[in-house]
Amino acid sequence: MHALADTAPAHGGRRAGVVAWLLLAPLALWLLLFVVVPMAGLVVYSFCQRDDLGRVVYDFSWENYARVFDPIYLKILGRSIGYAALTTVICIVIGYPVAWYIARQRSPLRERLLLLVMIPFWTSFLIRTYAWIAILKSEGLLNGLLQFSGVVTAPLSLLYTPTAVVIGLVYAYLPFMILPIYGSAEKLDNALVEAAHDLGAGPIRAFSHVIIPLTWPGIAAGIMLVFVPAIGMFAITDLMGGAQVPLIGNVIQNQFFRARNAPFGAALGVVFTLLFILTYALAHRRRRATTA
Amino acid sequence: MIEIRSVTKRFGSFTAVNDVSLDIAEGEFLTLLGPSGCGKTTLLRMLSGFETPTSGTLRIDGEEVTHLAPYRRNVNQVFQSYALFPHLTVADNIAFGLRMQKVPAPEITRRVDEVVELVALTGFASRRPHELSGGQRQRVALARAIVPRPKVLLLDEPLSALDAKLRQQMQLELKRLQKHLGMTFVFVTHDQEEALTMSDRIAVFNQGRLEQLGSASAIYHQPRTAFVADFIGEANLLTAEAIARSGTMTRLRVEGGLELEIPTDRWPAGGSKVVISLRPEKILVSKRPLEAEAIFTARVTDELFQGALDRLHLQTESGTRLTALVANESALREAIHAGDAVWCGVHADDIAVVGPA
Repeated sequence: MHALADTAPAHGGRRAGVVAWLLLAPLALWLLLFVVVPMAGLVVYSFCQRDDLGRVVYDFSWENYARVFDPIYLKILGRSIGYAALTTVICIVIGYPVAWYIARQRSPLRERLLLLVMIPFWTSFLIRTYAWIAILKSEGLLNGLLQFSGVVTAPLSLLYTPTAVVIGLVYAYLPFMILPIYGSAEKLDNALVEAAHDLGAGPIRAFSHVIIPLTWPGIAAGIMLVFVPAIGMFAITDLMGGAQVPLIGNVIQNQFFRARNAPFGAALGVVFTLLFILTYALAHRRRRATTA
Repeated sequence: MIEIRSVTKRFGSFTAVNDVSLDIAEGEFLTLLGPSGCGKTTLLRMLSGFETPTSGTLRIDGEEVTHLAPYRRNVNQVFQSYALFPHLTVADNIAFGLRMQKVPAPEITRRVDEVVELVALTGFASRRPHELSGGQRQRVALARAIVPRPKVLLLDEPLSALDAKLRQQMQLELKRLQKHLGMTFVFVTHDQEEALTMSDRIAVFNQGRLEQLGSASAIYHQPRTAFVADFIGEANLLTAEAIARSGTMTRLRVEGGLELEIPTDRWPAGGSKVVISLRPEKILVSKRPLEAEAIFTARVTDELFQGALDRLHLQTESGTRLTALVANESALREAIHAGDAVWCGVHADDIAVVGPA
């Protein structure tokens, strides 16, 4: 292994480097055009002003950033984080057992179950959200079923409530929790679970002392994939929350399209992004500290 | 210590363990030996509790454990893959069982230190498993399994991943450790040499059945079935029929025509044809006349030099083909080569009847 790693670069080091860069070039270009350039534009916008018609005026100041820290927006940000956190927790609680169960199955069944998890991606996300509206609305599928079976007499108002928003968020992000946890659980050697039982750990302690720590990379990846986008989600809150509970994503979207205040929307976006980067960096540093 | 009573384990239509009964004494080193798929590992997993018998009962130290969960049994296992917890250090791996038993922290430290020294891992306690060599990992697995002081230690082919030199060394270390601890060891292997070296008794398995149980020397010298004779060591397996009986001895004609005598009490009741087993090294070979209970002449048809031993393919005057292993020529002070005419001798005690033909 070591000998191989040591001699490989000596053989074709320079050429391998060129090939690697050529292979990376399309990705690098894509990132430059669709991530770096728009982000740079956003940063420039965030220091600008708008005129009365909503056009951007290149008159640089910190004014937008001062407004970001207005309690109104901090409260909305706090609420967004709360919704995202709740969504993440529910996704772990539902997703972990599902991922674990799939990972413990034999080969043909395992792939079929995984396919079931991924099938929702075959349809547009918006269409699936509209389907939820059809299910949850007053004269919708769920209320029809509940009334037909006599559980309730009057239809429940489910749609356009915080509950509907959470249902929508959990539904949208659950696969992003299941798949990375499955990845970790599938790699977990069953002999390790047996060893824990053999040494006197019952199901609960085997889970907390062996299974959780060894599938933690999957859980952490799932949290990242669910929590971060859930904070900024605006489509579900718009469609299923009926603008009753605006989250930070809705506010930013509104600044751009309804309030026609792109510079302020940009400032909110920049602060929001910096917050993510900071959180990620801290989490990453802690992870490196614990594995070292 | 362990009582296994008519235990059967089926997986669907496949019978992995077929009506096995076996008693294991306290402080014994018992080996479950057999080819892969013979049921030895399944039997071990029923002792550790990872499998439940389809029928039959298991008792450990007087307590019925047939359906007891693995974490409630006073046995520990050394896994074939070692199954060390990759997220824990060597010390934390070893301490795992004691922590589960809620042993007080100072005692854990003391006992872990003790066992780390016992298995010669001093200085490695704070390493992670992936930073250790195969032999060191093996010793961590061993230490982790013995530190809770189980009544029985179960070992599932623990040496199979080690290279030959290290394996031999570990065989001796394991045996010494078992004596030192006075613990009951149940050891699974498919390596007959390993079984012969280490065990007080060997249980030979084939196709889910217990073929023979006995000391290493009894299994080797008096195999009761053709499978045991062939699986452990090497054997000339030959069909033979009784042609005459004189007092306590029965005269046999072996396939090909060679005639030999065995004590009549070894002859199985009923049946006129049997299979006999004759170990290659029990056939005496010399260019000069020699002394033995049965003497015959043969021609060497082939000779293979194998270092310490010479393997000779023989054809007796009567036509029977045999394989013999003899000490190499310089030890014998005579050279035997292909084409030579030789004298051969066999003692009646070295002929085992291993079943009806």
